[in-house]
Amino acid sequence: MSETRTFGIVAEYGDVDSVMAAARRIRDAGYRRWDVHTPFPVHGMDDAMGVRPTILPWITLGAGLSGLGLSILLQWWTNAHDYAFLISGKPLFSLPANIPVAFESTILFAAVTTFLLVFVLNGLPRFYHPLFRMAKFKKATDDRFFVAIEARDEKFDPGATRKLLESTGAASVEICEEPLDGQVLPGWVKFVGVLGITLAMIPLVVAYRARNAKTDTPRLHLVGDMDFQPKYKTQAASPLFADGRAMRPQVDGTIARGELRENQHLELGTVDGNFADGFPVAVTRELMERGRNRFDIYCSVCHGYGGQGDGPVALRAKELGEGAFVAPTDLTDDYVKKQPAGQIYATIRNGIRTMPSYAAQIPVADRWAIVLYLRALQRHSDASIADVPLEKREEIK
Amino acid sequence: MSSSLAGVQDNTIEDPTTRPTLVLGQNDFASVTDKVCRIAERGGATRAWKIAFTASVATTLMLFGMIVYLISTGVGVWGNNNPVGWAWPIVNFVFWVGIGHAGTLISAILYLFRQRWRTSINRFAEAMTIFAVICALVFPGIHVGRPWLAWWLFPLPYPQNMWPNFRSPLLWDVFAVGTYFTVSLLFWYVGLIPDIATIRDRATTKIRRVLYGFFALGWRGSHRHWHRYEVAYMILAALATPLVLSVHSVVSFDFATSQLPGWHTTIFPPYFVAGAIFSGFAMVLTLMIPCRTIFGMQDLVTMRHLENMCRILLATGMMVGYAYSIEFFIAWYSGNPYEGFTFLNRAFGPYAWAYWIMVSCNVVAPQFFWFKKIRTTPWMMVVVAIFVNIGMWFERFVITVTSLSRDFLPSSWAYFKPTTIDILTFTGSFGLFFSLFLLFCRFLPVVAISEVKAVMPQAHPHHHDDHQAHAEEARA
Repeated sequence: MSETRTFGIVAEYGDVDSVMAAARRIRDAGYRRWDVHTPFPVHGMDDAMGVRPTILPWITLGAGLSGLGLSILLQWWTNAHDYAFLISGKPLFSLPANIPVAFESTILFAAVTTFLLVFVLNGLPRFYHPLFRMAKFKKATDDRFFVAIEARDEKFDPGATRKLLESTGAASVEICEEPLDGQVLPGWVKFVGVLGITLAMIPLVVAYRARNAKTDTPRLHLVGDMDFQPKYKTQAASPLFADGRAMRPQVDGTIARGELRENQHLELGTVDGNFADGFPVAVTRELMERGRNRFDIYCSVCHGYGGQGDGPVALRAKELGEGAFVAPTDLTDDYVKKQPAGQIYATIRNGIRTMPSYAAQIPVADRWAIVLYLRALQRHSDASIADVPLEKREEIK
Repeated sequence: MSSSLAGVQDNTIEDPTTRPTLVLGQNDFASVTDKVCRIAERGGATRAWKIAFTASVATTLMLFGMIVYLISTGVGVWGNNNPVGWAWPIVNFVFWVGIGHAGTLISAILYLFRQRWRTSINRFAEAMTIFAVICALVFPGIHVGRPWLAWWLFPLPYPQNMWPNFRSPLLWDVFAVGTYFTVSLLFWYVGLIPDIATIRDRATTKIRRVLYGFFALGWRGSHRHWHRYEVAYMILAALATPLVLSVHSVVSFDFATSQLPGWHTTIFPPYFVAGAIFSGFAMVLTLMIPCRTIFGMQDLVTMRHLENMCRILLATGMMVGYAYSIEFFIAWYSGNPYEGFTFLNRAFGPYAWAYWIMVSCNVVAPQFFWFKKIRTTPWMMVVVAIFVNIGMWFERFVITVTSLSRDFLPSSWAYFKPTTIDILTFTGSFGLFFSLFLLFCRFLPVVAISEVKAVMPQAHPHHHDDHQAHAEEARA
């Protein structure tokens, strides 16, 4: 048995009233380092002991407000700043959409802080306490009530304090001893603790290294389900067919849908392999208007409403100083003017240089309408006053 | 101390002049401690517990098997397909999250309203909450398709430099349910600490002393501790109250912020919250009534407690019924033909059978609680509560599946059929729930001992004049 010193004097009570009365007397006697131990919170005891209100609610309030602020900051930083996330044209940062997460974070921060504070402010966890050495004290969580006055209290006096407690109607009054050397953690507990912390650091170190090191080997892909899909891609090989190709050629003697090309002039713009001049369709006022309408929709974005290569895309590229940008062709240039209608038709159908094919967007009849309208634009580009009918000349002067 | 409580044993009689007794029988503090702790201290488990636990664990293993099969094969093992892409997994998720609302409601809202009868049932209900939320979290977790990437849901920095979309209600769900689970767990644990300390102090074996001692964190009932503890407990209750209302509101946003007729309605948040409380109380009743008999806790969980819960069930059942009728009214009043079609289709279309199961279980069944006889007969309560549980599952089924199965493109309309895997996965989640619940009943105090003591008449100073006199006498 190691040497002990007095921790304090402990009085035991059997009911709420007597412990409450005792607490009042001890409070009035001016003790400071003392406590009441009860199996449940006794209402009115705060006053009887003179316990001052705790600071806990204010810290909780601060934590809640931090949660609110941090979550709004997080939402703004991630979705509006670090990686601007544009969804259906909605504003990048709008408070109403951020309220649910901000609210939940406020509660989370406040609750976790409150939880931690109960222990931090109460000095828990504390697995060892001198009072636990008393057999009787086990009843403090059952049906008995205890008052403990610590020897550290300035007013503590072994005789007088004991007398005071005895006079409060205690069922028993005992001295509680604590060992001088205190309780130390067993060696293996320390060992396990240190080992656990060390092992817990390993994944963090590995993750940190992986993020900052450069390597030639590809990333480790634990689940490669999307990388290896059971399907054949374009130009891939396949053991299924004699020619070893996954793509199948067209079957002899068949024509794919929409590829009949009965009228070559109409479909391809060629006659006997050469670009055809003239139109394979009837040239009418309606066709011209249709051509204007389609041209304004599909072509003017790059080529401009007048066809001079000054559409908004071209202007914007120029403004940005995009060096690699190939400017759209001026369609009123002699180079285009000299082309037969069939060649212009073929350009719309097949695309040229950086201009893609418009076959998917513009049906055959509309392509010819655009060619017709373009002819009118070209005619317009070098028109003189002599081309205007006499009665209209006054209007445009 | 030996104050007698041998008063009226029927505490369901309403008498506004006296406070009803919440603990019956000849109980004092020590007998309350003993009654509750004995359940967790039994040397060997009872035969009934062993059978129930074995069955639950087997069902849980089936759930794990289903999950492994799902992940290794793909979501195609379920009945989910266009246009019903959200089928049973979401129905089950909402069902379990809803059940998980009663615990925090009893703990937090009834605490703030000073409904002292909550003390006998709150521990039980909180435990149920946590286990139900665990079951709920399983479903979206395995429904995301590639569950190993589920961590993308959290705003963590990773090499692709992408962040979650904070304007999506599905992400709000992650925060709402995650916060709810965390706060419920903390709330539960804070409440448990003094009671774990009680078990620690009664422990007879070293292993029990060490384990319970570890989780009691050295609690010694100091009043200076109790003072902060009570403040903290009240703050946690005050935080959990808006939280519990927000969680199911956010869950309802998953539906309400989409544009599908039948989902896109402003009534959803309050309607979902009422339904959640309704289903949660039904589950508490379903579990509590058998446990109360098995563990012999009739003195602590009295008829008054059960009757109060029946009343809440009746009230929330009528709220849910009101929501059903208002949905129809708005569908007609909006003049929107698609909205109107959706609701007529619910009641009279191919899923009419599900709709009328829902109405009869949720609206008609609780009406029996108008009769005091039914409110005070345990087996009748269990029957009604089980009907409510069934009805609330069907409510989520009706909302999710009927709207999706008739989407904007009539050519894709289809009738949803669950697969065997769907059914076994859902059944398996009950195994998980009951396994956790049985472990709780076996090892932890199922009633909040210290809180029950605090609402006993002996806990209040000066409750007895002769007592006071006795104290004065002793002092003299």
